[in-house]
Amino acid sequence: MEPKAPELSSNAGSKQNSELFTLTYGALVTQLCKDYENDDDVNKQLDKMGYNIGVRLIEDFLARSNVGRCHDFRETADVIAKIAFKMYLGITPSITNWSPGGDEFSLILENNPLVDFVELPDNHSTLIYSNLLCGVLRGALEMVQMAVDVKFVQDTLKGDSVTEIRMKFIRRIEDNLPAGEE
Amino acid sequence: FWGESMTIHNLYIFDRGGSCLFYSEWHRRRPPGIPQEEEFKLMFGMLFSLRSFVAKMSPTDMRDGFVSFHTSKYRLDYLETPSGLRLVLNTDLGVPSAREALQHIYSNLFVELVVKNPLCPPRAPVQSLLFRQRLDAFVRSLPYFGPRNPNN
Repeated sequence: MEPKAPELSSNAGSKQNSELFTLTYGALVTQLCKDYENDDDVNKQLDKMGYNIGVRLIEDFLARSNVGRCHDFRETADVIAKIAFKMYLGITPSITNWSPGGDEFSLILENNPLVDFVELPDNHSTLIYSNLLCGVLRGALEMVQMAVDVKFVQDTLKGDSVTEIRMKFIRRIEDNLPAGEE
Repeated sequence: FWGESMTIHNLYIFDRGGSCLFYSEWHRRRPPGIPQEEEFKLMFGMLFSLRSFVAKMSPTDMRDGFVSFHTSKYRLDYLETPSGLRLVLNTDLGVPSAREALQHIYSNLFVELVVKNPLCPPRAPVQSLLFRQRLDAFVRSLPYFGPRNPNN
């Protein structure tokens, strides 16, 4: 069978798809919470799974969006918020809180589709429910040679007024000629 | 009659680190005379050098950088994705540009059949038979696949 090219499910029309995704993600987190004793381990697993998704997703993103190489972190922020989030989650986070050096910014998610039907019970106060997203961002950016630290610093699930993902540029990963080349 | 001859010689896909993830050939009449592994290293080393040579020598800012070269006998087209995959297609001189074909191979074949196949580990040599078959069918379907002149 011919694998179908992904439809630009970029958005509107694909409510059902996104609910299936949200519920599947919920089932995954629920299962991880059963499998692991503590929330930290669940957070780690989610990040790791996200990373593995991110390293593949970046290729899909580049092939579909035709975005070229970003020349600075501001351009990267724009591409992530306006193109990538839109394409895969149907939302456009706002970009705020730039550090003076231009190496840190925040993504503010008005409505995080991953948490649509979620209420966190009190005994999971350290669970970072949507931590998969951090792994996805980190993995995808690593493939375009940017080492970036990604974490949730605010979360509406925990009573904050917004959900905020903080992105910190660590370094550019350089191309090296493999050893033994002439 | 040189001008009439159009064909595709071979294709290489490298990852950022220089491992050859995939190689295929269609019309390659002359063996390189060195072991394949060495050939891959030599090819990647040349691409790497050309890339930095072109970047340093360019009198203006570039968008795509190094994209192709040709000799008196063949043309090499090069596509590098921002994720560091490097695709190389060697064709006859009759082929004006294989860039679109390379873009298609990346977007519609490599991403769809390799990257999205959970059984293909990222950045590892491509074992997928489906990919090889689809790629072969695509290359053979290109208008300039040829060879028009078998004596060449």
